[in-house]
Amino acid sequence: MFEYFSKHFDMLMEAFLEHLGIVFSTLLISITLAAIICWFLLKSERATNIVVNVFSEVYSIPSLALFALLIPLLGLGNKTAIPVLVLYNQYLLIRNFMTGMQNVDKSILEAGTGMGMSKWQLVTRVQLPLAMPSIIAGIRLAIISTTGIATIAATINAGGLGKILLSGLRTMNTYKIIWGTILCVIIALVADTILRLLEKKTKAYNTHLQTSWLLNKRCSFE
Amino acid sequence: MTAVEFKHISKQFKNSAYPALNDVSVSIEEGEFVTILGSSGCGKTTMIKMINRLYESDSGDIFLFGRNIRDEDPVQLRRRIGYVIQQVGLFPHMTVAANIAIIPKILKWDKARIKDETDRMLRLVQLDPDEFRDRYPAQLSGGQQQRIGLARALISSPRIMLLDEPFGAIDAINREMLQNELKAIHESSKRTYLFVTHDIREALKLGTKVIIMNEGRILQYATPNEIVENPADDFVRNLLSTAELKGGA
Ligand SMILES: Nc1ncnc2c1ncn2[C@@H]1O[C@H](COP(=O)(O)OP(=O)(O)OP(=O)(O)O)[C@@H](O)[C@H]1O
Ligand SMILES: [Mg+2]
Repeated sequence: MFEYFSKHFDMLMEAFLEHLGIVFSTLLISITLAAIICWFLLKSERATNIVVNVFSEVYSIPSLALFALLIPLLGLGNKTAIPVLVLYNQYLLIRNFMTGMQNVDKSILEAGTGMGMSKWQLVTRVQLPLAMPSIIAGIRLAIISTTGIATIAATINAGGLGKILLSGLRTMNTYKIIWGTILCVIIALVADTILRLLEKKTKAYNTHLQTSWLLNKRCSFE
Repeated sequence: MTAVEFKHISKQFKNSAYPALNDVSVSIEEGEFVTILGSSGCGKTTMIKMINRLYESDSGDIFLFGRNIRDEDPVQLRRRIGYVIQQVGLFPHMTVAANIAIIPKILKWDKARIKDETDRMLRLVQLDPDEFRDRYPAQLSGGQQQRIGLARALISSPRIMLLDEPFGAIDAINREMLQNELKAIHESSKRTYLFVTHDIREALKLGTKVIIMNEGRILQYATPNEIVENPADDFVRNLLSTAELKGGA
């Protein structure tokens, strides 16, 4: 098995990097898009519910069907794959972004507004930092989901690790299937771990666990 | 000069049986310390929030230092008004010092001035700057949080301060101390204070004038002495008698 890996290293690496590329560009576009949509949703909780519901319906469409539907419009390859992946991500991202923003205590926002902070200042200095754990959780889920769904994009010639999996299936090549899967899992796992750490860090930073204070206190007694 | 003037202000919230404010007209002179007294739900907070346009009135006009607040940009208007909200509302992810300095930072005061003023404000509300500056709100008692809320509003020495039950969570002894402190700050600054409370003795002690409210209306606006000696109606008389029952002051 490792022999297969070293023999086909170039091919596997190429697919791996292609896959990373798809996931990365999808993420970049979808986070930007979700951020813009969220900015407009901040005004209204009702509009937020509607938009989240619509994207949750989209999220439940099988990806193969959505890819197939968009081929006549956008053609084969990345041109179709990335918009579809971006569309899928919107549900996870917007839901988590908005939950984080809406969970910020209303009295905190009222204090900020009442003191004369503009909407932009309030969002960037207060709401975003407090919503950060939930935002990062959304991004983490989006990476995992994109990594998975992107393999299906190989059916429309978008490349990536799906290409390896697909040809492995066609030729009944077990090594190909195993290595394709392992590399997929690596992307998801690494991203998951890094973002979980970040999530934990922002959470601790936001709640300022009493323990750190107690520790300081104890030091000052000595 | 007139600091705040309400002209026939009414406000009814949706899904509410009676108006939160019902044709309120009042004129408050600059330099007064006006306490606003009334039972829960009578419209005290609503009245305060009209002035910094957190709420907009259904009808009527409010003039602040002679200018109709409707003609002003709400953000600029609010920066000229000190505001302490009932629920304190400190920013949990910022230190005490950062909380106090939030508006000075937005207004781009220089660093040294921000530091000096922040420390001065902490001492003003009787908290040792070295001990409290770098703490987070979660590391403060309820009363300490309220004092930071007060310091945050005072730092830009606004011409008018709106204080919505700023001493609600403070014990009797510290409350007494802070009341005296606030009274002294007011007297030395000659700013206009609007101070909401539902503690009648606090209202009579602090106010140079007292507004007594019930069900969205102002029943009496007079000096503490006049109110005690000449209650406007039975409601005010009852209110005074409950205070005597409790305190024996
Ligand atoms: N944002 C709002 N939406 C709907 N109704 C409101 C809102 N704010 C206040 N009210 C209603 O308006 C009335 C006056 O409320 P307000 O908050 O001004 O009372 P208050 O005198 O400050 O009371 P308390 O002493 O309990 O703080 C109440 O009946 C309240 O339920
Ligand atoms: Mg109130």
